[in-house]
Amino acid sequence: MKISQVAEILEAQVLTGEDKLDLEVHSACGSDMMSDVLAYVKDQGILLSGLINVQVIRTLLMMDMNCVVFVRGKMPPAGIVDFAEENGVVVLQTELPMFESCGRLYAAGLGGSNIPAAGRAEEADGTENE
Amino acid sequence: MSETLHYHFDVDGASFANAGRASVETKKLLRQLGVPPEVIRSISVAMYEGEINMVIHAHGGDADVYITEDTIIIILKDVGPGIRNVEEAMKEGFSTAPENIRALGFGAGMGLPNMKRYSDEMHIDTKVGVGTTIELWYHLNKH
Repeated sequence: MKISQVAEILEAQVLTGEDKLDLEVHSACGSDMMSDVLAYVKDQGILLSGLINVQVIRTLLMMDMNCVVFVRGKMPPAGIVDFAEENGVVVLQTELPMFESCGRLYAAGLGGSNIPAAGRAEEADGTENE
Repeated sequence: MSETLHYHFDVDGASFANAGRASVETKKLLRQLGVPPEVIRSISVAMYEGEINMVIHAHGGDADVYITEDTIIIILKDVGPGIRNVEEAMKEGFSTAPENIRALGFGAGMGLPNMKRYSDEMHIDTKVGVGTTIELWYHLNKH
């Protein structure tokens, strides 16, 4: 799925990264706990989060993820958006709550990313939805 | 690359917003040096958790990165309160972080377990009231 489709499905605003909306994402993870993202996420997909601080962006950078969706209508301050922009991270913002955001993406065919089992990266590629 | 490369970073303990800067810089350096991406990711995650720990618990400290041909060693040193019970601290979910840190997305008791998970070797030298030094080792020929 392209990031542009994610934005469409979530009725999201693009706060930065307009030029990267054609990038493909294969999985997503919804979490407000960055340590869990660092611990369990295996595929470098998108992160949905209701947590707004600069560490969300740093967590993405550490995990080589390139897109964050801030849910529940939370608006990140300019400093966070600027930091994301400097580092090539796409920032989307949706009014939808976390549960519905995840549900919509899952129903549209985007897989989860935190099943801690070996050899699933290949599997995720195989189930990619265009 | 037969000599040892050494990079030093001050981890600023005064601001949670700054935690992770050294890890971001290190990640850039390792990319420039052509270290394999999966090793870079492991180092980034482990070092980042370490930095967050230093800021949450120990008012910051020093981060040193040593790179040789076949080994990368990250040394995180603080003069914080020390870890009272290392075995307990290594358990997932065990945390002494204050509630306000949890609200920031950390402090869930995953820091040290994540550092162990994302390193080939982890050595903890800690003394209550004196400080903690953690060494993270990566053997490049193993990857």
